[in-house]
Amino acid sequence: MALSKIWVLAEATDGKVTTTTLELLTKARSLADTVEAVYAGGDADAIAGQLGEFGASKVYTTGDLAGALPGVPVSGAIAALVEGGNAPDAIIAATSYVGRDIAGRLSAKLDRTVITNNTDLEVDGSSLVTTEPVFGGTTDVKTTFTAAGPHLVLVRPKSFVAESAGGGAAAVETIAVPDGGKSAGAKVVNRHVEEREGPSLDEAAVVVSGGRGLGEKEQFELVEDLAKLLQAAPGASRAIVDAGWVPYSYQVGQTGKVVKPTVYIAAGISGATQHMVGMKGSKNIIAINKDAEAPIFAVSDLGIVGDVHKVLPQLIEALKAR
Amino acid sequence: MNVVVCVKQIPDPADPGALDPTTKTLKRDGKLILDESDSYGVEMALQLVTTAGGGEVTLVSMAPNGEVSGLRTALAMGAAKAILVSDDALAGSDALATAKVLAKAIERVEGADLVLTATESSDGYTGTVPEQIAGLLDLPSVTFAKSISVEGSTVKIQRQTEAGYDDVECPLPALVSVTAGVVEPRYPSFKGIMAAKSKPVDTLTVADLGLDASQVGWAGAGQQIVSIAEAPAREAGEVFEDDGTAAEKIVAFLDDLKVL
Repeated sequence: MALSKIWVLAEATDGKVTTTTLELLTKARSLADTVEAVYAGGDADAIAGQLGEFGASKVYTTGDLAGALPGVPVSGAIAALVEGGNAPDAIIAATSYVGRDIAGRLSAKLDRTVITNNTDLEVDGSSLVTTEPVFGGTTDVKTTFTAAGPHLVLVRPKSFVAESAGGGAAAVETIAVPDGGKSAGAKVVNRHVEEREGPSLDEAAVVVSGGRGLGEKEQFELVEDLAKLLQAAPGASRAIVDAGWVPYSYQVGQTGKVVKPTVYIAAGISGATQHMVGMKGSKNIIAINKDAEAPIFAVSDLGIVGDVHKVLPQLIEALKAR
Repeated sequence: MNVVVCVKQIPDPADPGALDPTTKTLKRDGKLILDESDSYGVEMALQLVTTAGGGEVTLVSMAPNGEVSGLRTALAMGAAKAILVSDDALAGSDALATAKVLAKAIERVEGADLVLTATESSDGYTGTVPEQIAGLLDLPSVTFAKSISVEGSTVKIQRQTEAGYDDVECPLPALVSVTAGVVEPRYPSFKGIMAAKSKPVDTLTVADLGLDASQVGWAGAGQQIVSIAEAPAREAGEVFEDDGTAAEKIVAFLDDLKVL
């Protein structure tokens, strides 16, 4: 049994559909007869090919939001479709800024629960069943919906592998954005892009991340130097992002990037749940921490109980000598 | 300037619980603490009120029992009063039911200019409650604020994004969720702790809010747990005490993986 229709909330940057969107489309294809996308942006025509290739037969677009944050206008547009009788069985979005904002607003508008932080989806009979890891990923909770659809689901990035279906371009249909009234008052007046060096966290084969154990902001240079030598992406725990040592774009974890590189090196990171859910899927994990009891050692393939201020410089020297 | 801060009282994350030596059951003394993620919103609210030169900070919270120790911490920081929605019927509430309860409680605070929340709680971390509350109250909202200032009837926010941050402007009243980077929370002073003991905590039931018990808790949740299972564990590998050869070991490990 499959569901009859799923909508995937599509996201794109610079005319390129995000990998997470492609992952969600791929999974949705295996769960429902029809998969369609919903997209907020002025360039739906440019991405219709990619969306179609991964399984969307149609893309509903709100057009450019002209600086509005997406939560209110996109949830309003979707709710109007649903209330107009065009309702899918489920609406699936990524656990991202855009996904969380829209799903939260839509949940309130449609009076439907939203199940978050999922890493797997399956159909049992005619029910959608979600899997959410809890307690730092040690326990999987499977949940199903008890009320009528559309069911709202947020899925973590890298939960599925994106595979092309070889389909033609999705049909583009523009949908109306209802006037959000005073709730639509928030406007973006300026955007700031914080440049980061080296390969992206999403794609690098090696990731070197630093945490509070580095002691001070200046010591993050050790992480950057090591990353450069390994052609790796530098990353960070939430603790040092919040402390302002590095920009948010470095953050690995629940509220940052989910990474699955060949090698993940955690330097001075104890392994808070928050962080672990973002890196536990790495193929190989090396951890350096002075606390032998740190939870990170429970998931590491090679654990070094030691001082990052000694080990990292020695490692950098050893790699330079090669 | 009147600010409402949504706060959650959670089990102490540093204390994972212990077994009672006689009964061999999990010992839980029921003590809850202020979620650290919420201390940033409380501090931000106090600073905004101080800058505005008037007004007060009101806390809004919900719990299945009448626990107030976490609220006392936030009152000791300087919040003026608190509303605690406490009801047996709340156990098992999903994120939307939580938002419905908090939204009703917020409506009881007169003249609220701004509602602050964390981006997500440290125990449940659904991260959808702020937008659900804003939706129910029909307020404009900005999530993931790393900086907030108020000018006249506009709140100006630096909002974290994937690429960096956006400058966002929003008319008041509004709801804003704040990251842990927004301000450094103060420690309650002794004077603050003493003063907090006599600050008003208005304890309400679900019925007091005009909600039906069927809308909250297990009864109102639009979801049902099917199974709870141990996740496939990741095998821990070798752990070495650094004896000066750590770098060599790491290089050899990387060599084996052919990533050098």
